[in-house]
Amino acid sequence: MSIALLIEQLLNGLQLGVMLFLMAAGLTLIFGVMGLINLAHGSLYMVGAFACAAVAAATGSFWIGLVASLVAAAAAGAIVEVTVIRRLYDRDHLDQVLATFALILIFSEGTRWLFGSFPLYLDIPPLLQGAVPLPGGGQYQLYRLAIIGVGIVVAVGLYLLISRTRLGMRIRAGESDREMIAALGVDIRTLYTVVFALGAALAGLAGAMVGALQSVQVGMGEPALILAFVVIVIGGIGSIKGALLGAILVGVVDTMGRFLLPKALALMIPAAQAGPIGAALASMLIYIVMALILAFRPSGLFAAQS
Amino acid sequence: MTKAPFMTRETVVNTILALLLLGFPLAAQTMGEPFYITLATRIAILALAAVGLNIALGLGGLVSFGHAAFFGIGGYAAGILATHAFDGVPLLAGIPGTASMLVIWLVALIVCGLVALPIGAISLRTTGVYFIMITLAFAQMIYYFAVSWPAYGGEDGLSIYVRNEFPGVNTAQPLPYFLICYALLMAALGLFWLLRGSRFGAALQAARQNATRLAAVGIAPFNIRLVAFIISAMVTGVAGALFADLNKFVSPSMLSWHMSGELIVLIILGGKGRLFGPVAGAMLYVLIEYALGGITERWQFFLGLILLGVVLFARGGLLGLLAGKARHG
Amino acid sequence: MAEPILEIRDLQKSFGALKATDGVSLTLMPGEIHALIGPNGAGKSTLIHQISGTFRPDSGTIRFLGQDISGLDMAARARLGLGRSFQISSLAQEFSALRNVMLAVQAQQGSSFRFFRPVMSDRSLTGPAMAMLERVGLAARAHLPAAELSHGERRQLEIAIALALGSKAFLFDEPMAGMGPEGSKALTRFLDGLRKQAPILLVEHDMDAVFALADRISVLVYGRVIATGSVDEIRNDPEVRRAYLGEAA
Repeated sequence: MSIALLIEQLLNGLQLGVMLFLMAAGLTLIFGVMGLINLAHGSLYMVGAFACAAVAAATGSFWIGLVASLVAAAAAGAIVEVTVIRRLYDRDHLDQVLATFALILIFSEGTRWLFGSFPLYLDIPPLLQGAVPLPGGGQYQLYRLAIIGVGIVVAVGLYLLISRTRLGMRIRAGESDREMIAALGVDIRTLYTVVFALGAALAGLAGAMVGALQSVQVGMGEPALILAFVVIVIGGIGSIKGALLGAILVGVVDTMGRFLLPKALALMIPAAQAGPIGAALASMLIYIVMALILAFRPSGLFAAQS
Repeated sequence: MTKAPFMTRETVVNTILALLLLGFPLAAQTMGEPFYITLATRIAILALAAVGLNIALGLGGLVSFGHAAFFGIGGYAAGILATHAFDGVPLLAGIPGTASMLVIWLVALIVCGLVALPIGAISLRTTGVYFIMITLAFAQMIYYFAVSWPAYGGEDGLSIYVRNEFPGVNTAQPLPYFLICYALLMAALGLFWLLRGSRFGAALQAARQNATRLAAVGIAPFNIRLVAFIISAMVTGVAGALFADLNKFVSPSMLSWHMSGELIVLIILGGKGRLFGPVAGAMLYVLIEYALGGITERWQFFLGLILLGVVLFARGGLLGLLAGKARHG
Repeated sequence: MAEPILEIRDLQKSFGALKATDGVSLTLMPGEIHALIGPNGAGKSTLIHQISGTFRPDSGTIRFLGQDISGLDMAARARLGLGRSFQISSLAQEFSALRNVMLAVQAQQGSSFRFFRPVMSDRSLTGPAMAMLERVGLAARAHLPAAELSHGERRQLEIAIALALGSKAFLFDEPMAGMGPEGSKALTRFLDGLRKQAPILLVEHDMDAVFALADRISVLVYGRVIATGSVDEIRNDPEVRRAYLGEAA
């Protein structure tokens, strides 16, 4: 096991973490501001990926596709918010779970209807196709580094948005006291739609970027959604900072677990068994980490509300 | 004390539902349509799984989005034991497999209870959205374990070559197998009814309505909820074992989050916390699936629309429509 | 001198920079009604919450019947015999008044892990529960869901529940709030008789009731007890008049 391989895996973990952060940031923002649990967040991720793949295929440009993914996911988010989600803010979580579960069925089958059951493929744009040398030998995909970069830019951007702008001020006010900001004359309905569309756009962006690494297919959103849930449970629901740190923790632990656990087991038991057992254990690792964190901090590491 | 009338409207509706579910496959048998018997068996098993979930969700207000874990574990209990019995290879430490349903159900009960204990103990430290997400995450953990553990088929699942045995019944025939499932469903409904009316049920329902009140009278809500969660998981686990025997197949899809969602959907379609809610829900669900599935391949799209409509506009589910609002003594 | 039933010593509780409870000590003696008064935001409810176990104090001890209960949760304190009513009434809303009281009877009798026998035909539950409802004058409303009771009736129901627990001390948080003058008078008479059964720590804004009932009064201002004494002592305490009546005027 070389240092370069270790660094490569660490970067992969970071890249997964960044992707999870984009998902989790929207989820946690929507929960923090509107008190809504949105299972259909994974569908918005899928919408972004499909929009990017379809538009990139039609125009030949990944970048136009990327813009399309943001627009499509934000638009889908806004439409869903206005037609369905808005009616759920005053409902209990069970109703929210069911309605957004229904939305998943509609989005998934609707997408199959439009694009068929075969996966779409999205190429990495030529600009980002190369590799970067790693210290200690080896190379790392430039595109994955770019995803990490986008994640850092989004994290900083969200921080500035929430701490420095009028919209951010309203979001923070909305988290602490809904009646208050309504009384102050802020149009709360529009604010909610904007927050929801913002979260959707982040999910769409994540879907589009990951689409170039995996195939673009129906159902791609749910694994990402469930990992994002683990992230915000660990980080504390409603906390962007928790989402960032939780996402990186989950991304790195998951990737390194899959990489290291089979190797570590191979030192103790025969390699033929170590592989599958290690893989099975690694697939459970982040959930075990989540359970351990919850056992000591039931409301996550950085809970916004007590 | 006011005396309730001999039969409330809900009792009448429940009786009709129970008779419908029994009569349908009997009629199908006389008409030589075994497919419809299988359809009814599917309804009975899904209803049984949902009766289990209804103990946690309907009585206790615990929105477990991870009950597929127990459904799947029950299924794998059937699949793994049957495979070892079929191959004649001992399970571990010389314990043989078995093709006896009674033993399989017992194993499903015990294993589900043992798995539900730590999952419940950790998840129930939280409430609300956290609880929903954590139960989902734990189920997903078991799902990924089943996918990546190659010994029992991994992603491809595990076939049961011959349906397991029940003393004195030819389980290979559709109707006798339906009757086994139906009898278990009725037994589970009886259990639900007893629990709901008991001291335990009173505490559990109070924990849903107002946990602070329950604590203020000196009953710790956590203990009540944990026991309810475990009982709930065990009932759902038995349903999983039956489901595996029905399909003669078990795969990680029984453990998937989609399955967990489906179980919640059954309860809501039928009527949350109602005795026959899961039965009404499972009937409606399987019929929608069958009717829409006959018209379009994209039936889940329309299922989504129907579900959305029920959540937004028809709260109370089918039993809410048929039997009016739920009553509490 | 008799041992206090409830003894609170040097309780501290802060929320961020706010000191909600700042070194409070007080006792509840057998047979007495000890009223806790103070302006809004003085920390009365915070104090009740710490005594009943909703949240833990930062420091200080709470002794009940000679036992340190500071580390126990709410359910355990209730089982020891600490009965409470809530400032905002807290009931199982879908259950009838009777079933709300039955829950307390069931808790008082012991284990709730009985899975089969139906409660509604269990005389050992319905009998005592109905008797408690009669005592507070709610028998006629026994079968109505708690959600359909009037504000005052819910207060009465909370007290019936505390009675059914066989509590050895009562914590009542503004039981008169929202009651009409008739209701307040009836409740005052009722509490007057209740002190023989168990002492009462009473948080109340209705000064007529407080002056009519209290054996002792403690005045809480900004999380501190500024005075404890008989009704007359408190009425004439210059610091109380300045800090409390001055603000209220």
